[in-house]
Amino acid sequence: MSTAAVAPPRDSRVNYLNANYGFRSWLLTTDHKRIALLYLMSITVMFFIGGAAATLMRLHLITPGGTLVQPATYNKLFTVHGIVMVFFFMIPSIPAVLGNFLVPLMIGAKDLAFPKINLLSWYIYIVGAGFTLYAILAGGVDTGWTFYTPYSSTYANTQVIAAALGVFITGFSSILTGLNFIVTIHKMRAPGLTWFRMPLFLWAMYATSVIMVLGTPVIAITIVLVAFERLLHVGIFDPKLGGDPILFQHLFWFYSHPAVYIMVLPGMGVVSEVIAAFSRKRIFGYSMVAFSSLAIAVISFLVWGHHMFVTGQSIYAGLIFSVLSFLVAIPSAIKVFNWTATLYKGSISYQAPMLYALGFIGLFTMGGLTGLFLASLATDVHLNGTYFIVAHFHYIMVGGTVMAYMAGIHFWWPKITGRLYPDGWARFAALLIFVGFNLTFFPQFMLGYLGMPRRYATYPAEFQVLNVMSSAGASILGIAYLIPLVYLIWSMRYGKIAGPNPWNATGLEWKTASPPITENFEETPVVTEEAYDYVHMPPMPSSAALAGEGDANV
Amino acid sequence: MSEHIVSVRSYVLVFLALLCLTALTVGVAFVDLGSMNTVIALVIAATKMLLVMLIFMHVKYSSRLTKLAILAAFFWLGLLLTFTLSDYFTRRWTPSPSDWGPSISQPAPVNK
Amino acid sequence: MSEVTSQHPHNLQHHFADMEQQNDSGIFGMWVFLVTEIMFFGAIFAAYAIYRSMYLPAFEFGSRLLDVKLGTVNTAVLIGSSLTMVLAVHAAQTGKRKALVFFLLLTMALGAVFLGIKSYEYYTKWEHSLVPGLRFAPTEALPSGVTVPNLEMFFCFYFFMTALHALHMIIGFGIMTVLVIMSWRGRFSPEYYAPIEVSGLYWHFVDIIWIFLFPLLYLIGGRYTT
Repeated sequence: MSTAAVAPPRDSRVNYLNANYGFRSWLLTTDHKRIALLYLMSITVMFFIGGAAATLMRLHLITPGGTLVQPATYNKLFTVHGIVMVFFFMIPSIPAVLGNFLVPLMIGAKDLAFPKINLLSWYIYIVGAGFTLYAILAGGVDTGWTFYTPYSSTYANTQVIAAALGVFITGFSSILTGLNFIVTIHKMRAPGLTWFRMPLFLWAMYATSVIMVLGTPVIAITIVLVAFERLLHVGIFDPKLGGDPILFQHLFWFYSHPAVYIMVLPGMGVVSEVIAAFSRKRIFGYSMVAFSSLAIAVISFLVWGHHMFVTGQSIYAGLIFSVLSFLVAIPSAIKVFNWTATLYKGSISYQAPMLYALGFIGLFTMGGLTGLFLASLATDVHLNGTYFIVAHFHYIMVGGTVMAYMAGIHFWWPKITGRLYPDGWARFAALLIFVGFNLTFFPQFMLGYLGMPRRYATYPAEFQVLNVMSSAGASILGIAYLIPLVYLIWSMRYGKIAGPNPWNATGLEWKTASPPITENFEETPVVTEEAYDYVHMPPMPSSAALAGEGDANV
Repeated sequence: MSEHIVSVRSYVLVFLALLCLTALTVGVAFVDLGSMNTVIALVIAATKMLLVMLIFMHVKYSSRLTKLAILAAFFWLGLLLTFTLSDYFTRRWTPSPSDWGPSISQPAPVNK
Repeated sequence: MSEVTSQHPHNLQHHFADMEQQNDSGIFGMWVFLVTEIMFFGAIFAAYAIYRSMYLPAFEFGSRLLDVKLGTVNTAVLIGSSLTMVLAVHAAQTGKRKALVFFLLLTMALGAVFLGIKSYEYYTKWEHSLVPGLRFAPTEALPSGVTVPNLEMFFCFYFFMTALHALHMIIGFGIMTVLVIMSWRGRFSPEYYAPIEVSGLYWHFVDIIWIFLFPLLYLIGGRYTT
C-alpha cells in the first residue's frame, strides 16, 4: 500500500475521461465508455437503495414477533428490495457497465453500432428508475417483485401502476442494450477477429443480448396489461371476471426465468476472463464454453413453468418443465467443469478478481445444485414458498453474479480509470463478503427446509437462532460492500498509475492505453492470435508491483 | 443494404395479390367450414405476411443472418404459445380432488 | 479495411469503418428491433388465443359486433400504404426526390385514413356501450353461452390490440414526418437512403400486425350466410 500522502501526478495524455469536461459532455455523450460510467453510478445508487430495504428486513427478522416494522411495511420492503435489485441492479449491472465499456474494445471497434441509442437506453433506465422511486416514496408497493394477479391488478392499494410503469420503461433500456450488442458483435469485429477468436466474455454478452431481445418484450406487454386492468377495472387476470391468474404467471415467468440467465451469463463471461488471466492459461474447452452460453440462452426459455408447479398449472406441463429444468443445468455445469480444468496446472495468483471468481464458482455451484431440488416436482411442493428458494436464488445471484460483477469491476478497473486499487484492502473485502454472504444465506437453506415461509414478517420462535445468524451475516455483508466503494473512489485520485496492461492479460482491450482514448484505438487492430494466448504473455506481475509499492510514476 | 432493386411491376403485382387474398379471406368468413375457418384465415394471413416480408421487406434478397433472426423470432413465439397452451390443454387430463371418490378418506397403505 | 479519409462519405458516422458496414448495421438493427416487436405483439396474441379457446361463444359473438366492411376497407388502405412505402424506397434507390416525397406523403395520408376509420369504429363502440371498464353495457341480446364478463374480455383484447397497433402507426407517422422533411431537403440519394429503407421495414411490420389482427378480430366469429 502506497504510503505517499501525495496523489500521483495526473496522466497528462488525452483519454476519454479528460477529453472534455462539464455536465453536458457527460449527459450528452455518445461514448460507450462514458455511458458505462453513467450506468455504474446509477446502478450503484440503486444497489444501495435495494440494500437498505434488505437491511431493514434483516433487522426486523431478528425477533420472531417482528417489531421493527408493520407487516404491511414489511411487504413493501421485500417488494422494493426485489424490484430494485432485479430490474435496476442485477439485470443492467454487468451488461450495461462492463458490457458497454468492453464490447467495442474487445472487438477492436471505435464504439457500439448505435451510440445514440446507447445513450437513450441510459436515459430510459433513469426515467424507469424515477417512476420506481416515486412509487417507493409515494407509499410503496406490496405485491412482491412478481406482481402476481389478481392481487396486483385488482386488490392491492399500493403504487402498483407507478412501479409497473417503472419496470416497463426500464425494460426498453434492456432491449436497446441487447440490440446494440447483437448488431455490434455481428457487424463490427476487427479484421481477423473470427467468432472463435473472441474472448468468452463476448460470447456471454451475445447470449445475454439474445435473451434480452426475445424475453423482455413479453414482460413489457404483460405489465402493461396489469396496469390496464388496474386503471380500467377490467378482468384480464381476475377470476371473478373470467380471467386466469395463471396466464399472468405464464407470461411473467416466460421472461423472468430467462431473466435470471440475463443476470448470471454475463457473470460467467467475466469469470472466464478472470480465470484465464489469473491461471495464465487459455480456458479449457473454449468452444464448449462458447456453445454452452448459447445453449443456456435457448434452454432458459423452456423452463419457466418450474416457478408454477404449485399454482394449479397442469401436472403434465409441470412434468415437461421439470425435465427441461434438469436439462438447463447441464450447460452451466459444463462451464464449471471447464473452469476447473483451466485452473488445473495453471499458474495461479490470488489477487482480488481471482478471489471473487473462485468464490463465484463455489457459490454458483451450490446455488445451482440446490436448484435441482426445486426442479423436482415432489420436493418443490415442500420447498416452494420457503426460505430454501430465497437462499437458492441469493446463492446464484449474490454469490454468483454480484461476486462476478465485483471480479469484473476489479479486473477492469485499471483499464476504466487508469489506476490500480489497493489489492490488500480488495482481498480483505472479498473475503469479508464471502464470509458475510455464507453466514447470511446458508442458514436460510436450513430455515426453508424446516418450513419457514418466505415473505412473512413473523415466524415461529424455534427459527430465531437461524434468523439471527442470517441477520448477523447480513450486517457483515453490508459493511463489506461499503469497503470497495471507499478504496475504489480513493484509487481514482491516489491509486498507482496502471499502464496499458497491468495484469499482462490477453485481449484487445489491454492493447490500448489505460484509460483508453475516446476512439479506443490509435489504429484499427488486426487480430492474428487465438483467444487467451497466455503462452506468449509474460507472467502476472508480482503482488508488490500491483500493490502500488515503489515508484508512483510508471 | 440490398443493392438489388426490385421492379415497380413486382411491387404492384404483390399489392394486387394482397388485395385478392384479403377479398378471399373476407369471402371465406361468410361460409361455414367449421373449425377450418380459423385455419384458412390464418393460412391466408400467413401467406400475406410472407408476401410482404419477402418482397416488400426484401427478405428474399437479405442475408442469411436476417433470415435467421426472423426465424428465431417466430420460433420463440412458437415456444411461448406451445408451452403455455400445453398447460391449458392438459389441465383436464388429471382428475382434480373433487373428482376423487370416497376412498380418499381411507388412510394410505404403509409400505413395509 | 482501410478508412478512405480522402473521400470520406458525408453520411458515414465516425465509428463505422465504411458505408457498407453502416448500412448493414442499420438494416440488421431494425430487424432485431422487429424481432422484439414480434415477441411484444406475439405475447398478446398468445393471451388472445388462450381466452378465445376458453370463451369461444363470447369471442365469436363479439367478433360479429365489429364492422367487417370498415375492417376490410382499413385492411386495403393499410396494404395500399405498404405499396406506397415500398415505392418511396424505390424512388430513393433510383434518385427521384420528388417521387420519394410524394410516396412518403401518400403513405402518411393512407395511414391517416386508417386511423380515421379506426377512430370512427371506436366512437361507434362507445355509442353502443361496448368499451370495457369505461362504458360496458351491451344492449344486444346475448346468445346462449355468452356472458357479459366474457364479452367484455373480447372487447378488452379488441381495444388493447388495435390501440397498441394504432400507437405504433402514430409513431410511424412521426418517423415519416421527419423523413419527408429530410427528403424534401435532398438528404437522400441512391448512395444513401438507409433511413428510408429502415423506416419502410417498420411500416411493413405494422401492416403485418394488422394482417393478423383483421381476421382474428373481425372474421372468425361465425358470420355465416350458408
